[in-house]
Amino acid sequence: MSQNNSRQDIPLLSINNLTIDIPTAAGTLHAVRGISFDLKRGETLCIVGESGSGKSLTSLALMGLLGKNITPRADRMEFDEVELTTASARTMRNLRGARMSMIFQEPMTSLNPAYTIGDQLMEALTLHGSTNRKKARARAIELLEKVGITAAESRLSQYPHQLSGGLRQRVMIAMALMCEPELIIADEPTTALDVTIQAQILRLLAELQREMNMAMILITHDLGVVARVADKVAVMYAGELVETGPVDEIFAAPSHPYTRGLLRCIPLPGKTKRGSVLGTIPGIVPSLVGEVKGCTFRTRCEHASPACRGTIPLHTSPTGTHTFRCIHHPDDLETDAVQSTGANA
Amino acid sequence: MLNFILKRLGLAFLVALTVSFISFSLLFLSGDPAIALAGEGATDQDVVAIRELYGFDRPMLVQYASWLVNALSGDFGESYYFKLPVSSLIADRLSVTMLLGLCGISFALLTAVPLGVIAAIRPNSIIDRFALFLSVAGQAMPSFWFGLILIVAFSIKLRWLPPSGTDSWRHFIMPTVVLGYYAMPAIMRLTRAGMLDVLSSDYIRTARAKGASEMRVMFKHALRNAIIPVVSLAAVQMGFMLGGSIVVESIFALHGAGYLAWESISRNDLPTVQALILVFSMFYITFTFLADVLNAWLDPRMRSS
Repeated sequence: MSQNNSRQDIPLLSINNLTIDIPTAAGTLHAVRGISFDLKRGETLCIVGESGSGKSLTSLALMGLLGKNITPRADRMEFDEVELTTASARTMRNLRGARMSMIFQEPMTSLNPAYTIGDQLMEALTLHGSTNRKKARARAIELLEKVGITAAESRLSQYPHQLSGGLRQRVMIAMALMCEPELIIADEPTTALDVTIQAQILRLLAELQREMNMAMILITHDLGVVARVADKVAVMYAGELVETGPVDEIFAAPSHPYTRGLLRCIPLPGKTKRGSVLGTIPGIVPSLVGEVKGCTFRTRCEHASPACRGTIPLHTSPTGTHTFRCIHHPDDLETDAVQSTGANA
Repeated sequence: MLNFILKRLGLAFLVALTVSFISFSLLFLSGDPAIALAGEGATDQDVVAIRELYGFDRPMLVQYASWLVNALSGDFGESYYFKLPVSSLIADRLSVTMLLGLCGISFALLTAVPLGVIAAIRPNSIIDRFALFLSVAGQAMPSFWFGLILIVAFSIKLRWLPPSGTDSWRHFIMPTVVLGYYAMPAIMRLTRAGMLDVLSSDYIRTARAKGASEMRVMFKHALRNAIIPVVSLAAVQMGFMLGGSIVVESIFALHGAGYLAWESISRNDLPTVQALILVFSMFYITFTFLADVLNAWLDPRMRSS
């Protein structure tokens, strides 16, 4: 894959108005509504949001891994100019694992217990090419070493149950990288791991992403991680992208009340006063079954007004890179935010 | 793996020994064999004479030991009724039973596993409903009734198949269907449940994320894991078919080991019954052992435990 400068500027991934409806017994669940973002080669996008906000569904839709009865709709969902919503099963299969890979949340159950690590690593390669077993084996050892597994060669004949969670997640990362993908999606890759391992795995992912010039979508709860690795941030709430933009702008000038609330929940060095109480966002995510109208955050928002039930405009910053979906102008919220932080202190 | 096999083999041997002892002592609990053998008009002297002749007056452990030593060298004594060596009597009958059992379990597996897989891939489809109907019907119908219905339909009305005997392969078709159909529902439902469970697991999603085709996902990644409990069940069913096909053997007049057991019990033919119990339990033990080995090959987690 040649990567000259002009190709670097064309987005590798371009999504416009992605919508995912899930039929349930109680009615249609509008799980993801009108998501749009672009991602260039070598860029890292962090998707942030609480459980059930549609982060994982969005990434599964990109991979074509939603269940049989769930069909995503989008005005555009292109990977390197291939439209994914209309792509054939064969086209998707050839993309998956080869040009776009995914790392899942659960390393303990994501490897097949019946096959050796080596078998599963090599399968990723042999599925997408005519590589012989010897070359596949060499590649598997190379990648296991790359993800920091010692005695890589002897690991090939081990089974998943003989490895710890941290090691299994490293194997999953190695497996996702076997074919040198252009896009890697990591769905909360460290949630199930010990805190001591989490930082190692994230550092490893960020390093490999830079080294191999991959685009990465990292789904996470951890805003500390976002601050360190992201180029762009997308904040999701109840199936909508409420705010998106370059990481510096989001952290410097969070514009949506939800983003502000999230940032208030974590201590930031230099910003949070020692001894002050960390914020919480009261309430729970509303049900998305049936018709969803207006701003879904209004039930938990301190700035909610009757206008929040209507159509919510999409604001774009003067730079054109930072957008958010709220009826309020960030300048109007500024004083409130300071006041509420003051009240908490 | 070798370590695992040796361990299981040792365990199987101990189980076999225990079973042989229990079965031997159970027969003594069912009454004085000498009185039964002597018959109704026998005097006390006759009974004592018979007791001495057959060695029933010796302590039970001594009798067990001498029986076991002989049995290990293939000598199960002489049948009281047939006046023939028990070993040759059983060997004669066992070929029919083993053939029938193998046909039965093959029929059950070849219908149940594909049906279970298809039912799991398309739950609540027409095929799934049809498979459910078949399995409920199979579970509800007694073997003797189903066998008789088949005889009425295919032997008497249509005259396609012979109703009884063992002369050709055509004689084995109906007994195979009856015996196999008895084992099929449980295997089918277990395959379906196993596949449904495995198909929703994370590693199946991983296989798809790698770009594996649906066929590869189903057979390489899912079935291998889903079939593990089925192997254990099939082993028990197989043991049952070899030891307990008495009903089917009597309906179709197949004179196999199951039928011999029925005859010998009703005639108080002690050496034959004892030998048959040992042979049948050896079948169970052998198939359980084979199932364990097969499972350990399928599932590496079992090898280490």
